[in-house]
Amino acid sequence: MSLRTPLGRVRGLGAAKEGTGHFWAQRLTAVALVPLTFLFVVFVFLMIGADHARAVALMGNPLVAVIMLLFIVAGFYHMKLGMQVVIEDYIHHEGVKTGSVLLVLLGSFALGTACVFAVLKLAFGG
Amino acid sequence: MAEFMLPANSKIGPGKAHPAPAGATNVKRFKVYRWEPDSGDNPRVDTYEIDRDACGPMVLDALIKIKNEVDATLTFRRSCREGICGSCAMNIDGTNTLACTQPIDDTKGDVAVYPLPHMPVIKDLVPDMTNFYAQYASIKPWLQSQTPPPDKERLQSKDDRAKLDGLYECILCACCSTSCPSYWWNSERYLGPAVLLQAYRWLVDSRDEHTGERLDELEDPFRLYRCHTIMNCTRTCPKDLNPAKAIAGIKKMLVERRM
Repeated sequence: MSLRTPLGRVRGLGAAKEGTGHFWAQRLTAVALVPLTFLFVVFVFLMIGADHARAVALMGNPLVAVIMLLFIVAGFYHMKLGMQVVIEDYIHHEGVKTGSVLLVLLGSFALGTACVFAVLKLAFGG
Repeated sequence: MAEFMLPANSKIGPGKAHPAPAGATNVKRFKVYRWEPDSGDNPRVDTYEIDRDACGPMVLDALIKIKNEVDATLTFRRSCREGICGSCAMNIDGTNTLACTQPIDDTKGDVAVYPLPHMPVIKDLVPDMTNFYAQYASIKPWLQSQTPPPDKERLQSKDDRAKLDGLYECILCACCSTSCPSYWWNSERYLGPAVLLQAYRWLVDSRDEHTGERLDELEDPFRLYRCHTIMNCTRTCPKDLNPAKAIAGIKKMLVERRM
């Protein structure tokens, strides 16, 4: 039982003075992902049944490669932001919460970097 | 973790039945949540059959009739009986609203009456509002200014006054906050729709000079940004206000001041 006053508990550690950047970035990446996801799906369809040479040829197109890179960066950034919100909403154990947020941060960086490397490798001749 | 199951001592059991008086022809059944802190028993749902021909039109009329004539142990808050004090906020028919402005005619079948969701219960339909009121106090709900007070009233244009419409009418009944899943999961840190609407009421008041400090205090991943625009608040508000729009207004101000 805590003998702290209700107002003391509510005021707690004070406002973090951040969150707007997170909010804004999540909206911005969401809007960017509308056309990017559409184009990504188009590229996937173009690749159906294609061999490695065809993939190299498609990714060798600078426009395609840049759109793929933008999709990967925006997509993984958006995923990181979104999963962080879900974790903060539902996980109340401080240790588990912090660990999960860090895992999502590092995981999305690692996966995103791997995807970027794959695209660049194909783009520069595979 | 978020709570999807009631704790063992909160699971609701069957309660007592109070049949309608003999000869009643227009009977409505009220299923009311009951919990006594002193007994140590789990909560139960008591059933009261009310003769509507001898009862007022609102759900609060039925609750008062039950307390006066059937079961004096039924405990609930009420005061103004006209939707301005906010005391009789409770969950009726699955929706948070004021018992005094909820016509019995608008309810279908048996009327389920529960306390406001996800709040600690003091007894029966009376929730503990301590945290909610402390959150309200934390936003400093009064006019703050640096300019020395004028000799007369602080002037405000008609247009600026109109900005407070749809905000000043909030009676702090907590129907919106306790309908919000984000508030259920994080009420110790998220301020909730009612308190954020009140915060916005002071942010848009042209006479207030502490807009920046107020925004500083709200800019927090939990205090403000737990709002995910679920809109339960706006749907349930018994005063037809729009807390979701007020919260969007706060977020807009925070983005604006970075641009």
